[in-house]
Amino acid sequence: MSGTPIVVIPGSAAPDAPAPATPRHLPNRGGPANPSADALKAKFAGAVQRVEVIWGETSVYVERLKLGEMVQWLHDDPSQRYDYLSDVTAVEYRDPEQPIEVVWHLRSLPYRRFLRLKVDLPLDGKTPLEVPSVWGVYKGADWMERECYDMFGIRFAGHPDLRRILMWEQYHEGFPLRKDFPLRGRFSRAEQLRQALAANPEARYSMEELTVAQAFEDLPEAMRKRLLGGERTGE
Amino acid sequence: MSTKRTVNVALGTSGLDEQGRPRRAPLTMNEGGTVTTLEPPPALEDALELEGEHMLINIGPQHPATHGVLRLVLELDGETVVRCIPHIGYLHCGFEKIGEYRQYNQVIPWTDREDYLNSIGNNVAFALGAERLFGIEITPRCTVLRVIAMELSRIISHLVWLGTTCIDIGAFTPFLWAFEQRERVYELLERWVGARLTTSATRVGGMAADIPAGWMDQLQHFIKTFPKTVDEIDRVLTTNGIWVGRTVGLGVMSADEAVNYGLSGPMVRASGVAFDVRRDFPYLDYETYDFEIPVGTNGDVYDRFLVRMEELRQSTRILAQAATRLPDGPVNSDDHRVVLPPKSKAMSDMESMIHHFKQVMEGPRPPLGESYVAVESPKGEKGYYMVSDGTAKPVRWRIRPPSFVNLSAIGKMVEGHLLSDVIAINASIDIVMGEIDR
Repeated sequence: MSGTPIVVIPGSAAPDAPAPATPRHLPNRGGPANPSADALKAKFAGAVQRVEVIWGETSVYVERLKLGEMVQWLHDDPSQRYDYLSDVTAVEYRDPEQPIEVVWHLRSLPYRRFLRLKVDLPLDGKTPLEVPSVWGVYKGADWMERECYDMFGIRFAGHPDLRRILMWEQYHEGFPLRKDFPLRGRFSRAEQLRQALAANPEARYSMEELTVAQAFEDLPEAMRKRLLGGERTGE
Repeated sequence: MSTKRTVNVALGTSGLDEQGRPRRAPLTMNEGGTVTTLEPPPALEDALELEGEHMLINIGPQHPATHGVLRLVLELDGETVVRCIPHIGYLHCGFEKIGEYRQYNQVIPWTDREDYLNSIGNNVAFALGAERLFGIEITPRCTVLRVIAMELSRIISHLVWLGTTCIDIGAFTPFLWAFEQRERVYELLERWVGARLTTSATRVGGMAADIPAGWMDQLQHFIKTFPKTVDEIDRVLTTNGIWVGRTVGLGVMSADEAVNYGLSGPMVRASGVAFDVRRDFPYLDYETYDFEIPVGTNGDVYDRFLVRMEELRQSTRILAQAATRLPDGPVNSDDHRVVLPPKSKAMSDMESMIHHFKQVMEGPRPPLGESYVAVESPKGEKGYYMVSDGTAKPVRWRIRPPSFVNLSAIGKMVEGHLLSDVIAINASIDIVMGEIDR
């Protein structure tokens, strides 16, 4: 059969990459850090705030506005080659004094390295909840950044299409994963039901979709009037 | 959009050309008995020149071929997709939020319900993440049992993928064969943990239960007989003209694109990138097992099918090795800060009683810290990121859902393809909406 996939055996990564093994007996703090942390320190001296190794995983805390540049360098530099973005997310602590952390998990597939980048966003009302988007480096960041925005309200500067993804467009109760958001939502069940019943069931397409496909003219006149009057549509 | 590729078709139909692409079928019969075929469709460039209105078409959320409540809004030029806007979130339940209000062991039932085709694999992944956060080591027997659990769940998930994709593309028989075998795996799981779908099989530091007597014989019988079904499905599909015609050259992702879009699992391997978490970032001693990582060449739907078929065989290989090396000994860790001490000791030994009391009343408490543990789920890199502030409940529990990231590339994959191919491409991603929306 010509279609049989090629089967590869371990060993296709960069030759100086260490043979991976299941990590055991990791210390809570300390231990060998990912060499990329030192490389980042050397390259971006002022922008690296601190490096922590927790359970064998290296976290690098970086300057908010320098992040885009650093990720670009990690991706492009032949000694780093972080070509894979595993995850973008955020952490808010129960203690309101602690800043929100935005977390990027990067992988270097050729060197088999794993690196965590973090940006602190203090909740002092002065720092904007905004970090640079890495969409220009990793296309996979698209939905992950949208989800992070949807759940935490953190804006990603430079993202081409930053809108809600899991919650619907007109959702205005806030950002569900923030600690000031109650587990059962802000509104009572009765109010949530009332809002659901008051939603416009005709609105199936967003305005963006309607303009793209020139389907706006096909809508019933009453609906066109309402949309032109500024009514927001559903997804 | 299509890539040149030649597949030797065994059960071919006359409707295929040398590339395995379907020919136009004769559509009308004239009075004299002659057959009129349609004009060949214009090439894409010409089609774009035609002044035509684009049409908006809506697939889902209630559509069987979207594998759940996925909604795709497609902008069509004739029958060609110009743009695809996916809408998700219809199944959003806030798992991550709920996890912040539960103790670690109480989160495990929630992991069943996100990627419900891989529930026991999620249980294992969560337990691994929590164990790193607690800083405890699991016993050798538990390690091997978890490998068995992960590979069984990979087989279930791939069989469901195979069956439902066959249905989407129009083949019914392999669906029945696949689901028959899936039923046998569920019987194994039911005998082990008492549940079929929502297994909740692991605990932090061990498993909910050891395997019952005679279970290994049943597993060995499964390992021996299961590859026959894979071969049968292989024989029916791999060289089947219709199957090849409906899958080759669709949804192509190059190797660089696949990595850049964050694809993982069979999706990235079909594009020729040998990224497998089991090998590159091992856990559960996977580096000591002898298995191979299948990769494709073209990164189309057909390659994804081939990769998953081969993974079924490799999983069976790993299962056979795990079954022979399963050691005796305890299943649960003896670290009684996390694992409950046996009842007899809790009633007779002061220290055990204190551990028992603390665990039941307060719950086990990990030290300050965070952990990101990723496993190779059937869909790709499944990661659990947990942050502890020293209390019994995680301050953040993040699921890195592989099908969420894989699905985010669908707009790129379906562009320029026909409407009917959207179904095949969507099926090839192997999405589970429970995991995407969480």
